[in-house]
Amino acid sequence: MADHQTHEFDVLVIGAGGAGLRAAVEAAAAGARVGVVCKSLLGKAHTVMAEGGVAAALSNVDERDSWRVHFADTMRGGQYLNNWRMAEIHAQEAPDRVRELEAWGALFDRTPDGRILQRNFGGHAYPRLAHVGDRTGLEMIRTLQDHGIHTGMDVHMEVTVTRLLKDGDRVVGAFAYDREKGRFRVFKAGAVILATGGVGRAYKINSNSWEYTGDGHTLAYDAGAELQDMEFLQFHPTGMVWPPSVRGILVTEGVRGEGGVLRNSEGRRFLFDSIPDAYKDQTADSEEEGWSYCQGDKAARRPPELLTRDHVARMILKEVAEGRGSPHGGVFLDIAWIKERIPNGEEHIKRKLPGMHHQFKELADLDITQEPMEVGPTTHYMMGGIRVDADSQMSTVPGLFAAGECGTGLHGANRLGGNSLSDLLVFGQRAGQFAAEFAKKNGLGRVSEDDVKRSGQAALAPFEGGGPGQTENAFQIQAALQDMMQEKVGIIRSPELIKEALEEIAELRHRADAVVVEGNREYNPGWHTALDLHNLLTVSEGIARAALAREESRGAHTRQDFTEKDPEWGGVNLIMVKGKDGAMQVRREPTTPLRPDLKAIIEEIG
Amino acid sequence: MAASGTKKVTFEVWRGDATGGALRPYETEVSEGMVVLDALHRIQEEHAPDLAVRWNCKAGKCGSCSAEVNGNPRLTCMSRLSDIPLDKPVRVEPMRAFPLIRDLVTDVSWNYEVKKKIKPLKPRAPDAPDGTWRMDQRDVDRVMEFRKCIECFLCQDVCHVLREHQYHDRFVGPRHLVYAAALEMHPLDTEDRRDDLREEHGIGYCNITKCCTDVCPENITITDNAIIPLKERVVDNSYDPLVGLVRLVLGSKKERRERGQD
Repeated sequence: MADHQTHEFDVLVIGAGGAGLRAAVEAAAAGARVGVVCKSLLGKAHTVMAEGGVAAALSNVDERDSWRVHFADTMRGGQYLNNWRMAEIHAQEAPDRVRELEAWGALFDRTPDGRILQRNFGGHAYPRLAHVGDRTGLEMIRTLQDHGIHTGMDVHMEVTVTRLLKDGDRVVGAFAYDREKGRFRVFKAGAVILATGGVGRAYKINSNSWEYTGDGHTLAYDAGAELQDMEFLQFHPTGMVWPPSVRGILVTEGVRGEGGVLRNSEGRRFLFDSIPDAYKDQTADSEEEGWSYCQGDKAARRPPELLTRDHVARMILKEVAEGRGSPHGGVFLDIAWIKERIPNGEEHIKRKLPGMHHQFKELADLDITQEPMEVGPTTHYMMGGIRVDADSQMSTVPGLFAAGECGTGLHGANRLGGNSLSDLLVFGQRAGQFAAEFAKKNGLGRVSEDDVKRSGQAALAPFEGGGPGQTENAFQIQAALQDMMQEKVGIIRSPELIKEALEEIAELRHRADAVVVEGNREYNPGWHTALDLHNLLTVSEGIARAALAREESRGAHTRQDFTEKDPEWGGVNLIMVKGKDGAMQVRREPTTPLRPDLKAIIEEIG
Repeated sequence: MAASGTKKVTFEVWRGDATGGALRPYETEVSEGMVVLDALHRIQEEHAPDLAVRWNCKAGKCGSCSAEVNGNPRLTCMSRLSDIPLDKPVRVEPMRAFPLIRDLVTDVSWNYEVKKKIKPLKPRAPDAPDGTWRMDQRDVDRVMEFRKCIECFLCQDVCHVLREHQYHDRFVGPRHLVYAAALEMHPLDTEDRRDDLREEHGIGYCNITKCCTDVCPENITITDNAIIPLKERVVDNSYDPLVGLVRLVLGSKKERRERGQD
C-alpha cells in the first residue's frame, strides 16, 4: 500500500495551464526548486482553447484606456461582488505581464506602428485585448511552456493529485498517481500552488476539456480551505449547437468583436430590444453605430452583441424559449454579413478568425464566410473557487496557494471576456512569488505515513467497491450527473429544482461509492474517472448549495423566483467550508467596503 | 440508416501493451456529426471502461488524441465518421513512431526531451525606451504558420526517419524543425542554430518526402515553408568560405566541444 516514489520540492505547482506555468516560472526565478504536476501532457491544458485575447490596458489602440478604466469595467461586469483589491492589482499589473510574454517569444498581432494590437470585447470600454488571430491561448501556453522548460522546473506529466497532505494546519505536500502505470507518488513541498482550472465537466453542454473536473476546488475544500462565490458559473453565450456531438464547443466572442451579429429566426437583432440600464449610455442605439464602433470609430458606442456574457446568454435563451430560435435550438451568429461593408471580406474573416473558420468547416460542414453559425449558451467558466488573499494568493490554509480559474475574487458575479488570460498571468506570477517566499521561510513540513497510507487506500477503493450485481461504471455516473446539473442547476434556477439536484447528488455519491473498476491500474480511464467523480460531485454540491442560498438574480446567477438584484445581497459573498461532520456548510460574509480612492474611480467612470 | 438517424458500426480498436495485443471489434451506435473520438468514448461507456485513450479538448486545439484511423495518422476528434466508409469496420490503432503504453496511448515523452535541446529564443535589445519592441505585422505573419502547431506529433509519427528507421537518437523530426524554424525566423531572435541543426538535430536526414505536410491537422506547410528554408540556411552557413576555413583548421563546432575547446 505504501509503495510510492517520493519527490521533494520547495514549491509544488498542481496544474500546467497558463496560471500553473506562470507560477512555476516565477517560483523558479526566485530560486525555488519547482515541481509541476499535470493531468495531461505539457502544453495541452485548457488554456490552449482560449481564443479571443488577453485583457490589458496597454492603451496601444485607444489612448483613453488606463488601468482605472479596466478596473471600473471589471467591477461593473462583476456586479461589484469582486474582491476590489484583486481587481485593482489585476488592472495595474496586466500590461507588464503581457509585455514580458513578448520578451519570452509570444507574438501578438500588431498595430500599424508595430505595437501590440488590441481588439474589442464584451464589457470592455476600449479595444483592450492583445491577441493573435483567434488562438491567443495557444500562443500564451506555448510561450510559457517553451520558456519554462529552460528554468529547471521538474515536470511530471499525466500525474493526478488525489489529496493534499497536511502537517497540523499547514499543507506540506500532495498524494498522486501516475496514469501510465498507476504508481503512487508523494510530493513533499514547502508550499503548494493549485492551478487546476474549472469545473465545466459537471455539465452536459460545456466548452471545457476533460480535465475540468473541479480537482483544485475539491482538494482545497477537503484540506479545510474556504470556497467562495460558487453560484457564479459563467455560461458563454456562443457555443456550437450542431451537430450534437460538438454541442458546447466554444465560438469566440472575437467573432462579435470583429462585427459579428446575433439574429433570431426572424432575422432581427434581438439584443437591441433589451439593453440593461447600467449599460444604456455605452451601447449603440443603431446598427450603423454598432458597426462604426467595430471599425474603430471612437465616437461610436458598442453594439449590444458586446454586452456582458450573462446578459447575452439569457437573451438567447429567451429567444429560443419564445419560439424565435434557429432550427437546432440556438440563434444565428452572422459574420459573413460584413462582406457587404468591407472589401475582401472573405479574406478578412479568414485572417481574423482562422480557428473558427477551420472549426466550423471541419466539424459542421459550414463556411462562416458564407453562412451564419448556429450558437447557444455553453458552460464555460467558474467565477467562484478557492478563497485567497488578494496580494499573496494564499488560501485560508497556510502553505496552500491558488491561481487562475480555481481561485476566486477577481471576477465577482460575472467575468469579462479576456480577463481570464490576464488573471492567470497576474495572479500566477504572484502565487509563484509568494509561494516561493513562504517555502523559503517555513521549509518542508512533516508528511505523515498514515496519511499516505490512507490516501493510497482511498485511491484503490474503486477496484474493491461494489456489492453483488454491481455493474455501473464511472462514465455512466458522470453522464447522469452532467444531465442532471444541466437540467436542474443551469442558467435559470428555481429552488425546487435545486433541492431535487441536491438529493440526486447525494444519491449519485452512493452510486459512485459502489462503482466497480474493470482492468488493472495501467492507463485505465475507468479508474481515473471513478476518482474524478468525488471532485465533480463536490463542486456540483457547492454550486447547488450556493445557488439555493442566494435569493436574487445577479451576474451569472439567475433565479426564477427572485428575478431582480437585491441591494442587500450586493454586499454579501457566500463562503463554503467542510464542517467537522464532513457536511458542506454555507455562510454569508459581508464584502469589505471599497477603498475611497477606488470608489472615486467607479463614481467617475461609472 | 435507422429512422432516428443512427446506425450500428463496427470499430476494430487495438488493445494491448508493449508485450503484445490485437485488434478487437466493438459495435456501437453512431449518429450525425460524430467523430472517431466520440465513438471511442461510447465504446468506453458501453463495452470497455479500461480502453486507454488520450484526449483533452475534443476541438482540434490541443493535439492529444492522435492515432491512426484506417491507417491514416489523424486527430480522432477531427475525424468525422461521415468522411469514413462505415460499411466495413473502422480500424483505430496507436501511433507507431513511439513506444506503446497501452491501447491507443503511446509514450511521446521523447518529444519533450528533444525540444529542450533546441536553443531558446534570444531576443534583440528592446526597440523602445519602455522596454518594448516594434514589429511589422508581415514579420509576425511569416512565423505565424509555425506557431499554429498543436504538438500532436502526427508529423513525427509519419516521418519515415523516425517511423521506419527509428533514428530518434540523431533526428529531431519535423515537429522540432518547425519549432526551430519558428525561432530562427522569429522577428526578435538573434540566436544561431545552424550548426546544431546540421550536427545535432540531423536536418540532413530529411529527404523532403512531404509526408509530414500531408498529415498536419493545422495545414502547416512543414516541408516547403519550414524545413527547406532551414536546409538552405544551414547549407549557406556550411559553404561560407570563412566558416569553412575555420572548420577545416579546428574541426566542427561539435568536434571542438567534444574536445573541450569550445
